[in-house]
Formats: sequence, structure tokens, C-alpha cells
Amino acid sequence: MKDFIRIRGISKHFGDFVAVDNVDLDIAKGELFSILGGSGCGKTTLLRMLAGFDIPTNGSIEIDGIDVTRQAPYDRPVNMMFQSYAIFPHMSVEKNIAYGLNKEKVSSKEVASRVDEMLALVQLEAFRKRKPDQLSGGQRQRVALARALIKRPKVLLLDEPLAALDKKLRERTQFELMNIQDELGITFVVVTHDQEEAMTLSTRIAVMDHGQFRQVGTPKEIYEFPANRLVAEFIGTINTFRGRVAAVADDGIKVYSTELGVTIKTLGKQLVEEGQEIEIAVRPEKIFVSKEKPESSDDVCVSGIVDDLGYLGNRSLYRVRLESGKIVQVSSQNRRRSISRFLEWEDKVWISWRPRSAVVLPD
Amino acid sequence: MSQQPADNQLWRRIAIAVPYLWLLVFFLAPFAIILKISLADPIIAQPPFTPAFDEQGRLSASADSFAFLLTDKLYAITYIRSLIMAAAATILCLVLGFPMAYGIARSAPTTRSLLLLLIVLPFWISFLLRVYAWMGLMNNYGVINNLLMWLGLIDQPIQLMYTDFAIFIGLAYSYLPFMILPLYASLERMDLDLVEAAQDLGASRTRAFWDITWPLARPGVIAGCLLVFIPAMGEYVIPYLLGGSESLLIGRVLFDEFFVNRDWPLASAVAIVLLLLLVVPIVFLQRNQAKDQEHTA
Repeated sequence: MKDFIRIRGISKHFGDFVAVDNVDLDIAKGELFSILGGSGCGKTTLLRMLAGFDIPTNGSIEIDGIDVTRQAPYDRPVNMMFQSYAIFPHMSVEKNIAYGLNKEKVSSKEVASRVDEMLALVQLEAFRKRKPDQLSGGQRQRVALARALIKRPKVLLLDEPLAALDKKLRERTQFELMNIQDELGITFVVVTHDQEEAMTLSTRIAVMDHGQFRQVGTPKEIYEFPANRLVAEFIGTINTFRGRVAAVADDGIKVYSTELGVTIKTLGKQLVEEGQEIEIAVRPEKIFVSKEKPESSDDVCVSGIVDDLGYLGNRSLYRVRLESGKIVQVSSQNRRRSISRFLEWEDKVWISWRPRSAVVLPD
Repeated sequence: MSQQPADNQLWRRIAIAVPYLWLLVFFLAPFAIILKISLADPIIAQPPFTPAFDEQGRLSASADSFAFLLTDKLYAITYIRSLIMAAAATILCLVLGFPMAYGIARSAPTTRSLLLLLIVLPFWISFLLRVYAWMGLMNNYGVINNLLMWLGLIDQPIQLMYTDFAIFIGLAYSYLPFMILPLYASLERMDLDLVEAAQDLGASRTRAFWDITWPLARPGVIAGCLLVFIPAMGEYVIPYLLGGSESLLIGRVLFDEFFVNRDWPLASAVAIVLLLLLVVPIVFLQRNQAKDQEHTA
């Protein structure tokens, strides 16, 4: 896999503020790569440096073997879809889409045929003469996409592409984006604060915080094997328990946690040593809840009381209070169709999980 | 409850009536009076023009004053000179004002209010005083000439005061804020992403300016130009104080006809023609703008 975009040691300072702090990143051709983080984490600055709107304080950016670090935005083989869409309000849909091509030395016949092609791609043929203020949010988003794609950029940058759309439309558009990306084979770099969006869209995700990457990996890696507490908590919900490593053996480690009140077995021996304070993290859907104590001796098994419960249709959420007072979130699928509740408030229950379900977070 | 719509209708009518009433009392009525005077003949009396109806109750009106405007070339020349002067001042205001308005619109919000305050600040000093200050600056031994002589650029003072140049500078200086404020308003509303998007799509900075910034700033440009051009056209004080005795502009002619020659009908005719000269381009521009908005809408 040849690296298509190579970012080396890139930093951006605004006065004393370090927006992006010495970041390295390789993105392969044809990837749909997401940069995920909260507001102010530096993700937008990183994207703007890729587009050429901000010049890095340090470091370099290479796209397809060419150093573009100091190239002007209009010289880069990169186009961007803005969060605000930035559709030119005084131009029709058609003129908006043609704008980029008109700046190149392309015959007007070619421009017309490629505009048609783009209009077909985003299904806006009927709206070609409309002005932007006569379009819905979803249509504007598609105009912005078509306008950014018409020059056939090597890389398309998308700044929060779906943030301005309502939930239903967002879900549909997500898949449209993926199909278009698949069809054209253009490398997409998406910036988003929405973890669900990043999870469904991306081939890989970089989780960013305070100008640095905390983890880069596939959606599965990020979700199932978070590298640290920040990533674990940013993506989805997770329960964490403080504990001390009691023993390290070949088949795993033993951890004593006062919050759980028991010693548990878990994996991750390569990360820790005896006596170390660590955190163990378990996703709510990896935990089973039952009225009777489960039999398997290997599983982690703790008792508690149902503090709160919520019925969400496809699944139920339970908040179970352990003896230490620690609240554990459990999510269980509602497989059986039933009107009566399986558990009630203040029921005494057992929660359990398999040793391999837990993640050890060293920091 | 059922009466509310009718009530609303009534209130709406009252609200709309206010500006109409204002226009009627303070614009249309004076205009009608001036029009009436312009159609009378001058007499030596109080008031110095013939009444609209003679003793027999017949309507007496003559277009003599308007005809006189055509026979004496002085008036045509003065109108043209005024047009050129006002146009030149408007262009200078636009050239100076656009970058200033752009800079203010793009500055940090905290500095922005300070800069806007600085633009408006001169209004707190009497307009007359500010024009007098320019006299001090442009005198033969004023600040500008002294500075140039001290620098060795000139040996003897250049005649700045009492020239058309002085009027030009005075007009541009006085009306610059009227250009900057509407320009600022339209530039400030503009999404900066639009310019970046244009650059991202291959437009150079200059290209992006002409493709995006300029068309979107056009309502501000038009408003600013009208706000400068219209008062500059009829300006009296600035040419009187800064201009020479031979630099005739329409405001000056108007004043002289009224108060020196006491030919009120002729003066009124001068005013009516001035008004027509101003109204025609405004109506044209507004038509244009309305058409533009139709396209956008």
C-alpha cells in the first residue's frame, strides 16, 4: 500500500496556541479517512493545511509524491467541501458546479458535459437553473459535493460534511457519500466531531485531541481496542474500573479492583507489570445481566442492584449499582418479544463479562 | 380573538401610513411648492414671484425659467461640472473606502467596533469646523505646503486652496464615511468561506475578488455611491469655502439665484432640473437591482 498523502512532523501555532502539534500521518490512495475529535482539537486546522488555507509552522505535506506544503490552494490537486457548503449565492447550481472547471483551460463543450455528469452523479439535473436559496439543505450539500468533485481532485477534503443535515437525511447521505467515493476512487479526508458518522463512513479513523493523534486505526480497532482512556470514552460509552495488577501470568493478568470488590482475570499482559495501577474498560454491550449467578467460572462476575433502566425498543439500558457504589452501564438486546419487564428497579442482579471483553488502559 | 386579524390589518395600515405621511409632508409638498414657484414669473414684490392664479382666477404658469436655463450656456456647463465633480469624488470615496470597509469587516470583532467608531467620530465635530481645518491644511502657508517645502520637494507654495482640487478633496473627505458604512454592512455579512472556496476551486486572489467579493458587495457599492453622489452633486458649503470664485457648481448657482438675484422662479427651475438629474439614475439603478434580486430569489 503506497502512501498517497504523507504528513510529516506537521505543526501549526497561532501565537502561543498550538493547534496542531507535530503530527505524522499516512493515508493510502482511495481511502476514506476520518479525523475525529471535539471542537478545538485541531482537526479543522489540519484539514485547512491540507487545502492550503493555513501554512504549517513546521513539517511537510506530500500528495502523490509532490511536496505541496507551501503551494497556494489554487495550485493544489485538492478540493474541499466546506462545512457551510460555501455555495456562491449569486450563481445558479450549474454555474456553481462549473466554477472550478472554468478556471482551467477547458473547452466550454467539455465543461458542459462534465457539469451534466456531476449533476447526474448528485441527482440534481432538475435543479440546474435554480439559485442556491431555492434549495433545501440536502440539495445544497450535494451542490457543494458536485462543485468540489468536478475538477477530479486527487484528494477531496470534507469539513463536517453531514453536520448541517437532519438525522434521517444524514443517514441516507452517509451511504451516498460512500457510494460516490467508491465509484470515483478519490481519496476522501473527512473531518468530523460525530463518532457515529466516522464509524460508518471510514476505512480508518484518527482520533485527535489537543493537536495530537491519540489513536489511528480502523473503526473496529478504535472501538474494540482503544489505546487509551480518551479514545475509549470518546467513541461510544464505556465502563472503566480502577485496579491494581495482582499477578501477571502467561494466559493473562489478575487485577484487584476495589470498585468491583473482586479480583478479576483479563488479557493484556504485555502492557503492564505487577503492582501497577491500571484501568479496565468494558463496553456496555459486552456485559451480560442476569438474575441468577452465571455458572462459567472464568467470567468476571459481580452482583449489584438495578438503579435505573431504560427501554429503547431494540435494546434496554440498565444502570447497575455495585456494592462499592460504582454505577455500571449495561446494554442488552431485546431479543424476546414481551410486554412484561425482565428486570425491575431495585432487583438484585449479576453482571458478568468474558475476560477477553475487557480492555486494559495503562494510563 | 376573531377580531384580531382586522385589528392587525388596521395597525399595519397605520404603520405603513407613517412613512407615506412623512414623504407627503416633507418631500412631496415642498416639491410641489418649488414646482409651482418655478412656473411663476419673477416680480419685485413679497414674495418675489407671481401668484399661481391671477385676479380673474385664471391659472398663470409659464415655462420661461426653464427656457432660460436652456438659452444661457452657463447652466448646462455648471450642471456638467457638478456632475463630473460629484462623480470624481464618488470614485475617490469608493477607491479609498472599499479597502477600509474590507479591512474593518475582516478585523477581529473587538477592533471592529473601535474602527467603526473612528469612522463615525468626525461627525461629532461640526462639519463647518472640519472644512475650515482643510483650509488650514491647504493654505499657501498651510501644513501641506510647509511640509513639501521643508522636504525640499517644492520651492514655493502650490496653489491648493480655491481650486477645483480643493473642492474634490473636501467632498471626498466629507462623504467618505457614507461610502464606508454601507460597504462595511455588505462585506461584513459575506461568508469568508466563499472566497476560500473560490480559491480552492482554482481562482487566484484577484480572480476570487472579482468573481465573489465584488458581486456580493454590489448592493453596498450602489448604496454607498448614491449616498455620496447625491449630496455631493448639490453641495454648497464645500465649494463656497474651498473653491475659487470662478469654480461654479450647481449648489452655488442655486444659492446665488435665490439670495443674490432674488429670481426665485429661476432658482426653483434650477432645483427641479437638479432633482430630475438625480432621480433618473437612481430609478435606473433600482430597477437594475430589483431585476438582480429577482434572479437571486
